[in-house]
Amino acid sequence: MTPLSQLLPGQFGKLASLNPERGVDQRLMALGLLPGMVLKLIRKAPLGDPLAIEFAGQVVSLRLAEAENLIVDVSADCPIQRPRQP
Amino acid sequence: MSTPEAGLLVALVGNPNTGKSTLFNALTGLRQRVGNYPGVTVARKSGTCDLGDGQKVELVDLPGLYSLAAASPDEQVVIDALSGNIAGDRRPDAVVLVVDSTNLLRNLFLASQVAELGRPVVIVLNQADVAKEQGLRIDIDLLSRRLGGVPVVLSSAWKGEGILDVRRAIASAVAKQTPMKRVVWPTNIAAALTDVATAAATDTGKQVSEADAQRLLFDTNPSTADRLGWTVTQRDKTLRSARDRVRNSGYNPMAAEPLVHYAHLRTVLEGVVTEGAGKAGRSAAVDRLLLHRFLGPVLFLGIMLGFFGSVFWLAKFPMAWIQSGVDWTKTVVAPPLDAYPMLQSLLADGIIGGVGAFLVFLPQILILFLFIGILEDSGYMARAAFIMDRLFSWCGLNGKSFVPLLSGFACAIPSLLSTRTIEDPKARLATAFVVPFMSCSARFPVYALMCAAFIGPLYGPGWESVVMVGMHCVGLLFAVPTAFVLTRLVLKVKPQPFVLELPRYQMPKPRDVLWRMWQNAAEFVSKAGTVIFAITIIVWALSYFPRDASVAERIKAANPAAAEEVVKAKVQAAYVEQSYMGRFGKAVQPIFDPLGFDWKITVGVLASFPAREVIVSTLGVTYSVGEGAKADSQHLRQAMQNAKWSEGPRAGTPIFSLAAVLALMVFFALCSQCGPTIATLAQETGGWKWAAGSFVYMTALAWIVATLVYQVVIRLS
Ligand SMILES: Nc1nc2c(ncn2[C@@H]2O[C@H](COP(=O)(O)OP(=O)(O)OP(=O)(O)O)[C@@H](O)[C@H]2O)c(=O)[nH]1
Ligand SMILES: [Mg+2]
Repeated sequence: MTPLSQLLPGQFGKLASLNPERGVDQRLMALGLLPGMVLKLIRKAPLGDPLAIEFAGQVVSLRLAEAENLIVDVSADCPIQRPRQP
Repeated sequence: MSTPEAGLLVALVGNPNTGKSTLFNALTGLRQRVGNYPGVTVARKSGTCDLGDGQKVELVDLPGLYSLAAASPDEQVVIDALSGNIAGDRRPDAVVLVVDSTNLLRNLFLASQVAELGRPVVIVLNQADVAKEQGLRIDIDLLSRRLGGVPVVLSSAWKGEGILDVRRAIASAVAKQTPMKRVVWPTNIAAALTDVATAAATDTGKQVSEADAQRLLFDTNPSTADRLGWTVTQRDKTLRSARDRVRNSGYNPMAAEPLVHYAHLRTVLEGVVTEGAGKAGRSAAVDRLLLHRFLGPVLFLGIMLGFFGSVFWLAKFPMAWIQSGVDWTKTVVAPPLDAYPMLQSLLADGIIGGVGAFLVFLPQILILFLFIGILEDSGYMARAAFIMDRLFSWCGLNGKSFVPLLSGFACAIPSLLSTRTIEDPKARLATAFVVPFMSCSARFPVYALMCAAFIGPLYGPGWESVVMVGMHCVGLLFAVPTAFVLTRLVLKVKPQPFVLELPRYQMPKPRDVLWRMWQNAAEFVSKAGTVIFAITIIVWALSYFPRDASVAERIKAANPAAAEEVVKAKVQAAYVEQSYMGRFGKAVQPIFDPLGFDWKITVGVLASFPAREVIVSTLGVTYSVGEGAKADSQHLRQAMQNAKWSEGPRAGTPIFSLAAVLALMVFFALCSQCGPTIATLAQETGGWKWAAGSFVYMTALAWIVATLVYQVVIRLS
């Protein structure tokens, strides 16, 4: 279990938990980022923040501080369920 | 804009950037702005749509949103429209859900929420061309059946494909009133929803729909409770126990809604989409380059430099053509009117001189909007926001402020409207407050005139470019600390989330980009024909009258031996000086004396408070009144170059010294001189307080900084 903010660019993970009380997480859930969803940290912005993550066929930006509360499971067998590239 | 025959109201609802406005344009024949950035439409627009059988309905285009749990003002517009909450507006009779075919699951979440409203819906799977290219095959009949028989159609709004199907589907949805299949709420959640609806109805005495109850139970934002008039004290206990009930059934109340809907949609979509062979999008590859750690920022700077560079240098040639056209018009119009000096002066000096001086900048406006259009439609704008977010967060803003600030270099008005996509009201306010500092295209004419007349001839074209670029940075230089102080100290903006979808790249569509450019050009030209025209004539009249013959006689009598040309010039000068404008300018000039402005510049500055670009036409008029056809652009520059202080301690020195020219440009860079901006700011910030604050702050800042510039430069040179 790792915070999303600690993933390396290119690394996949499966969302284990988030904090539904937070506004940002509510937005992400509306976009389909729910526990069990496979995501990929595509890259960090040139200045190190924000991040670009990919899940369910879309690329979304997210700040590092917000990614700290998103816990992902990197050991899960993810790449097979790899979402489509947009 | 209602349609009396049918009176039916149909709303276009969907995620951002799915093609709602494109579809709206195709259905109504109107031209709403479209672009490849989530959040192009920020307000409600309506038009009439023919359903193909002669039946007409009123169609409304709305901003995009991901969920009915609205966070930003543009999203609230949709909620209000769907619930018929806008004064004088009805609830829509049908909802067209515009869906991006390449991402059905996420798009149908909103659709599934909207289904809870119980309105007839049509599902339009737009951008079908892209889905096809990616090798996605969608079984629309199966999807329609799974959704309870609502019409599902494929369309490629941009290509005009499937539009007739959409029309027919709307007609059938309205006729059959088939509701979309709704989610089945787990028992405990259903019970909690009933509790909330009953309590709210009892407390407020209003009808509370199931959809309302969901918003009350699931949202942290109180907009629905406020609309119903359900007060905090009334709702607090009910909501807490209802949420506990949800929690006891194993769902976090804040996550229950997406969890239930998404689970429902996964079964709905089972087997609907088959992935065949297709081209994977190239967006990821392009991003590897454009968002690269080192290359990304370099390319960003390159694109920005190219953007501004081309606005300055590419426009030079067409500007020269327009200028010679204006000058030529004068030489044609003026001579036949030699016998009517007043009419000649009105036409040549006033109208052609003033409006012409303004129209010269049309090419720049065109190029500016062309570039913004290309950046936006290609998909790069969202990436620019991504790259800049870190820097913006440092001054309390976020990447979403990038689009308003960049388009602020074109015009503050649309930029102020585009701040609506920013969720946090304080961050929105701070962004709106600094937008007018961006060097908008109306400032350009001022810089261009000053640089062409003074900096270029005196220091060479190299310095001219440097000053031009520098002036565009002056506003930024003050915007950053302003934003910093405002967000950190005054408004105390909390760090905000930056969740922005990065859309796929696409070739900018010439039709959309050119249309946008054309619209802005038309606006610019019509401004020349109205505001600028009117102010120009007023300024002309004020500097032409009174025109007592005795003034000319006195000058002639005082200079009996002088050549005719010299006498004529002196007479002109005397007339302007004793005109209403001259008297007024001289009375007010002391305020602007520390900035090195003479009375003519003072007049120009005062006349340009409604619209800053007026200074160019005003100087054009005051420096050429009575000159008729001779007053071509060359002449105006010369007249300004030759202008000298006639009295006071500075007598004999040029009025337009380097110090005064720089001070004048800096003043225009910072001063709040735009009526429409102030009005829009008041509208967007919900009152005159911030608009007045912006006016006072910017004007005072402009005066102080311009004074500093003048006093320092005059001492150095
Ligand atoms: N390939 C393709 N592109 C489309 C289609 N329809 C729209 N687009 C493009 O998608 C982008 C978004 O279109 P808009 O009409 O502005 O989308 P919108 O839903 O109104 O977006 P917002 O107002 O931001 O919510 C534009 O660049 C359009 O050119 C289509 O059928 N096919
Ligand atoms: Mg739109």
